[in-house]
Amino acid sequence: MTSRSFRLQALAVLAAVLSCPVWARAEKSYDPGASDTEIRIGNTSPYSGPASAYGNIGRTIEAVFRMANDAGGVNGRRLTFLTYDDAYAPPRALEMTRRLVEEDNVLVVFQTLGTAPNSAIHRYLNTKQVPQLFVASGATKWGQPKAFPWTIGLQPSYATEAAVYARHILANVPEPRIGILMQNDDYGRDYLAGFMAGLGEANQRLVVLRATYETTDPTVDSQIIALKGSGANVFFNITTPKFAAQAIRKAAEIGWRPAHYLNGVSASFATVFKPAGLDASQGIILALYRKDVTDPQWHDAPDVQAWRAFMARYMPGADPADDGHNYGYMAAHVLLEVLRKSGDDLTRANIMRQAASLKQFAAPLLLPGVTLTTGRDDFFPIESVRLGRVKGQSFELFGDVISVENR
Amino acid sequence: MEQLVQQLAAGLSNGAIYALMALALVMIFVSTSHINFAQGEMAMFSTYLAWAGMQSGLSFWPALAVTVAASFLIGISVERLVVRPLRDAPHLSIVVVFIALLAIFHAFAGAIWGFALKAVPSPFADWTVVSNPYLGPHQLGMLAVTGMMLAAILAFFRCTRLGLAMRAAAENPTSARLSGIPVDTLLALGWGMAAGIGAVAGCLVAPVLYLEPGMMSGVLLYGFAAALVGGISNPAGAVAGGFIVGIVENLVAFLGARFEAATGIYVFGTGEKLTLALVIIVAMLVVKPGGLFSGHRRERA
Repeated sequence: MTSRSFRLQALAVLAAVLSCPVWARAEKSYDPGASDTEIRIGNTSPYSGPASAYGNIGRTIEAVFRMANDAGGVNGRRLTFLTYDDAYAPPRALEMTRRLVEEDNVLVVFQTLGTAPNSAIHRYLNTKQVPQLFVASGATKWGQPKAFPWTIGLQPSYATEAAVYARHILANVPEPRIGILMQNDDYGRDYLAGFMAGLGEANQRLVVLRATYETTDPTVDSQIIALKGSGANVFFNITTPKFAAQAIRKAAEIGWRPAHYLNGVSASFATVFKPAGLDASQGIILALYRKDVTDPQWHDAPDVQAWRAFMARYMPGADPADDGHNYGYMAAHVLLEVLRKSGDDLTRANIMRQAASLKQFAAPLLLPGVTLTTGRDDFFPIESVRLGRVKGQSFELFGDVISVENR
Repeated sequence: MEQLVQQLAAGLSNGAIYALMALALVMIFVSTSHINFAQGEMAMFSTYLAWAGMQSGLSFWPALAVTVAASFLIGISVERLVVRPLRDAPHLSIVVVFIALLAIFHAFAGAIWGFALKAVPSPFADWTVVSNPYLGPHQLGMLAVTGMMLAAILAFFRCTRLGLAMRAAAENPTSARLSGIPVDTLLALGWGMAAGIGAVAGCLVAPVLYLEPGMMSGVLLYGFAAALVGGISNPAGAVAGGFIVGIVENLVAFLGARFEAATGIYVFGTGEKLTLALVIIVAMLVVKPGGLFSGHRRERA
């Protein structure tokens, strides 16, 4: 008897709660995945498989949201981050993303990693009108607001960056003969296309040799020897950290000293220049948009200090030299900013509007002068880089912030 | 000419890497009749153990010794826990298990030590005796160790009773068991020794390739090609196969570049090195499954 009357009472209370006056939340509007207490964010990352090194980005984002929740959430709402392993396989990314949208009811999909997995979910999310926010890939196709209004990129595109090098070479190297080493995949080709476009039709004959490598190659020694043999005096190095370190070391070993331009993908002292040898790395030129947290010149910067405190508290034991922690921290703060700006209007349309109206937002760990600006026709948040060269144990920045319009 | 010599030297030092990997593959094949696809990842895992040892203050050689011992035990445990229960399973199940082991070792290494690139110091860095512009001290050291390991393995299989018994246990377990050879123990021993050889291989290639969980995944393929070229049950052939694969792939890249420079037509080059390794594997399996150095095939009645 008691239990039945208790149930009746409970039902009555529930009914009262549900019939709560509508005006109380009149100015709040929600799409699936958002409520007074929660915002659900979906993601897929390669936690296993060949690209599992990038899994740390997803882990870091998760930790940043935990930190935000400990501080009271965003506008009083807890962030729930649902992240699944896609093993860097496009079909799996699509399957997991469907699950996020259709079963887990996430409000937005955020920071899915890689060009191929994002390509697989690009059309699906735009058909479903679910925001595909701040894609973790440097491909150029994430910034097409007309054709894909629900997708927005984040970092400077590979093509943008490559064009900056091309222009710097033309302006600074007398009689350049350019040798290129590139990974034989979409990432390498994107850089190459941007570089060729930056050189311009007339100057493409300056490229004397283009050597490629596969990620399964043990070393790139043979390629470096061939590049030296080609007589190149400029080296554009489109490689991931391991091969970048090997290339720098081998070039030094065989006494090849070209003007060396290295892609920003490998801008790291901990995983590239120190393993390759600091002596061999001096003078290498890179385009940068983030601070290398292992670079002593940023040791006392407030955002780097905050990052270090975050790592100590929320990711103890993680390797601070792994750049994924740096990138993920920056990216997570961009989403926090957009959610904060969205206020109580947590509809997918409003979130896209907010993502597309960032005004010089200085996310943590970006270089001084590099900010995020977006607009209705501009879905490329970070469009500026700074050139730096390896000097001692630091990047010595030179020249102004270079902005490239990318439309 | 200068470039050709450079390419040959680079091919030789890459060849030493393949040869070391091939030796571990041959070891496991001779002693258990299996091809262990997880051999590369096990070697990578061992290299992390050595790296951890060096981080805690050991120098290269003591760290290597400890690692070889630890890897020996890991190899034996793998055999005991995973391979032995599958002794009567079809070949395909065993292949699947080896691929699973590959993924497991990879994931564990990443989880424990992270994915960031780590530099492993070379134990031969101070060798300035034979300095030349083509082969660095580490490359020479690698060649020397490859030779010593090969000699030790040959001597072990040819001249010791244990080695002979091991070959018997692998080739014909039933007869071996009937003649009183403790087959199970010897299979486990074979796994342990292959893991130990893998550990030496991993520690020697790490200063060249840099240590990260994917370090050996590409090398395994080339090592497999090398073992097939030389004959999968022939240690000396496998080492020769390693050098052949290393030199041929660089020659291909060199000739391709020359051809392109002369005619302006790109036919093949550095991008086709992996393809070449795969072509070698397929060609050897089709044309000469016993390896380049196999004589006429002896059929037993």
